[in-house]
Amino acid sequence: MLFRNALLGIFVLFSVLGCSSQKTETKPSINVWHWMTDRDATFQELAKKYEGLAGVKVNFELYAPSDAYSQKIRAAAQGVNLPDVFGILGEKRDFASFIKAGHILDITPYMQADNENWKSRFFPKALAVNEFAAGNSYGITPGIFAVPIDIMTIQMVYNKKLFSQLGLNPNKPPKTFQEFLAIGAKIKAAGMQGLVSGWGEVWMIDCLANNYAFNIMGKDKVLATIKGEVAYTDPDWIKVFSLFKQMQDSGVLAQGLVTMINKSAEQLFANEKAVFAFNGSWCVNVYKGMNPGLEYGAMLPPEASSQHPIAIWGGAGSSFMVNARSKNKEEAVKFLIWLTDQDQQAYLSQATNNLPANKNSLTKIPEILAQFARGMDYATHPNVWGVSEFSLVIEAFDRGIQSIIIGEKSPEQVAAEVQKIKEREMAKRRAK
Amino acid sequence: MKIKSALENYTFVLPAVTIFSVFYIIPFIWVFQLGLFDWDGISFTRIFVGLDNFKEIFFQDKNWWQSMWNASYITLIALTFQNILAFMLALACDREIRMKNFYRVIFFIPPVLSEVVVGMAWRFIINDIDGANIINRMLIGMGFGNFAHNWLSDPNTALTTVALVHCWKGFGWGFLIFLAGLQTIPRELYEAARVDGASAWQAFKKITIPLMIPVMVLVAILTVLGTMQVFVLIVSLVGGEFAGHTSVPVLRILASMRGSSRFGYACAQGITFGMVLVAISFIQYRFSKKGH
Repeated sequence: MLFRNALLGIFVLFSVLGCSSQKTETKPSINVWHWMTDRDATFQELAKKYEGLAGVKVNFELYAPSDAYSQKIRAAAQGVNLPDVFGILGEKRDFASFIKAGHILDITPYMQADNENWKSRFFPKALAVNEFAAGNSYGITPGIFAVPIDIMTIQMVYNKKLFSQLGLNPNKPPKTFQEFLAIGAKIKAAGMQGLVSGWGEVWMIDCLANNYAFNIMGKDKVLATIKGEVAYTDPDWIKVFSLFKQMQDSGVLAQGLVTMINKSAEQLFANEKAVFAFNGSWCVNVYKGMNPGLEYGAMLPPEASSQHPIAIWGGAGSSFMVNARSKNKEEAVKFLIWLTDQDQQAYLSQATNNLPANKNSLTKIPEILAQFARGMDYATHPNVWGVSEFSLVIEAFDRGIQSIIIGEKSPEQVAAEVQKIKEREMAKRRAK
Repeated sequence: MKIKSALENYTFVLPAVTIFSVFYIIPFIWVFQLGLFDWDGISFTRIFVGLDNFKEIFFQDKNWWQSMWNASYITLIALTFQNILAFMLALACDREIRMKNFYRVIFFIPPVLSEVVVGMAWRFIINDIDGANIINRMLIGMGFGNFAHNWLSDPNTALTTVALVHCWKGFGWGFLIFLAGLQTIPRELYEAARVDGASAWQAFKKITIPLMIPVMVLVAILTVLGTMQVFVLIVSLVGGEFAGHTSVPVLRILASMRGSSRFGYACAQGITFGMVLVAISFIQYRFSKKGH
């Protein structure tokens, strides 16, 4: 009996030991959430390559469309279950909120290590979008908080074939606003469509209006307006609003532009139904997919004034942040260092037709992408201005321009309405 | 014994009460509570602002009330045009007509289609430059060329066009419910009326309409609730709020959440909107009870 009990005891002991976890050295896996449908396949390939090299599994999880992704990220932030690496779609204000909530790792020490080895590989303007400078209005400790994966510029593109049909030189796009407006008459006469863009989704209107605001009044005055020191009823702002009326009157804008979504605009331009488009450098990949034989060139928005240089929105196209609460943050940083290395960036750029964030990877890009890349010299972005406009003011501004285009309101009316909301919001801020 | 019986009864309703509380009551209270804060939806800190968000909605936010007006306009068209069409088609299919089962299936296709698909398809049908321009071509073909224009980009017609597309998508639900209601009316009533010498119109007025009132109320409530919350169709048809002309409450709530990062305000908008819908439904219910 004793022998049987002892035997049973040994059996139970070994069974229990057998069920216990095995102590082995396993490399962590990194989870990355993103929204970039066009880059997912390339990311997956790069992840496999990295696993082969470093033994660390990287799971790229795609959540699209971008609206759904944006909501998922916010919900994960509220539930404190963000992945190791993620991107934020939104304004600098949202970025700052994530940092304040302790969700994002300050990667400045990694960037500065080894004599700024990592930092020096990026376009400075790409990095600036992810940086909070000293004395920023968001109250964030100065530093770099995200890694740019690619860069973009938002410019105009024109169809060379339609240019020839209009009797224009396909290698000489308009340089001044008057030249641009003059083409409107030719477009009208030929029964073609002029400029197409996603102006139904409004933020692209804001983008072009700001380009011209920089051109007409200069950066300092634009920033002074955001700070509340210059009113939107200032004659220079009226000039900016009036440009949209002039464009509409000249016929250089496509019909139905104010309700156009960017996907429709891209289809129209790719199908050679529109002479101009206002779009970001990501369009190169989109147009290639829709019409590989499309002949087009990129151009800066034609200057409306010679007082100040034209500015376009550009900088980091998409960026990745490291979760400050992740236990894999060191591995995540290592992966991002590898991902932004020259070879990986060149591969990503060639496979997806996006501009690389690594300035050493710009070789062997198609001419049209090179044209977009040259726009970086004129690039600025609201995220690097250090101050941000009230969202309700931006909304009134964009809606107002839509109203000007459809002939519902005058530039002066819109300016007055925007200023009224600006004053209301400033009064609210002062009261807090 | 009584206590035991009461406990037994409570035990039976407990799962339903728990589910209802967890998924409806608690979130409602929570959203109301969030509506009392200034919160960006990300930070762990919220600033208590009391009823300020609600005050702003009621006394300052013109865009909100414009969106309510737009949604009401679409709802009015849905309540009249869509439901009358649905009722007439249900009446037609309730009779002994040829291929009635085929029509039933056809009429029920639009409601089961995705709103995005419907929006994109109608955008293609209506729009001239990025679509087939079918409506304008038909108008020109019929000699009404003067009416041909950009239906979705004209502030005078954008909302009505959206409303009509919404009606096309939604009338199938009403049709189905009306048809089910009509089939519950005993045929003997019509036979008796016919024997008594009642005309078809009299039978419709004295039998069909009174017996269909509860069904009509149900369809009206569902129409109001469904239409006031429309937004996907608008986004796919006109890209968004189109200078406020196609703005609706759900788009405003989304704008507050995503565009402005004002989660607290968006919650207050959600509560206000919800209360308006409850009030409308309650009035409709009371009104129908009185009429009945």
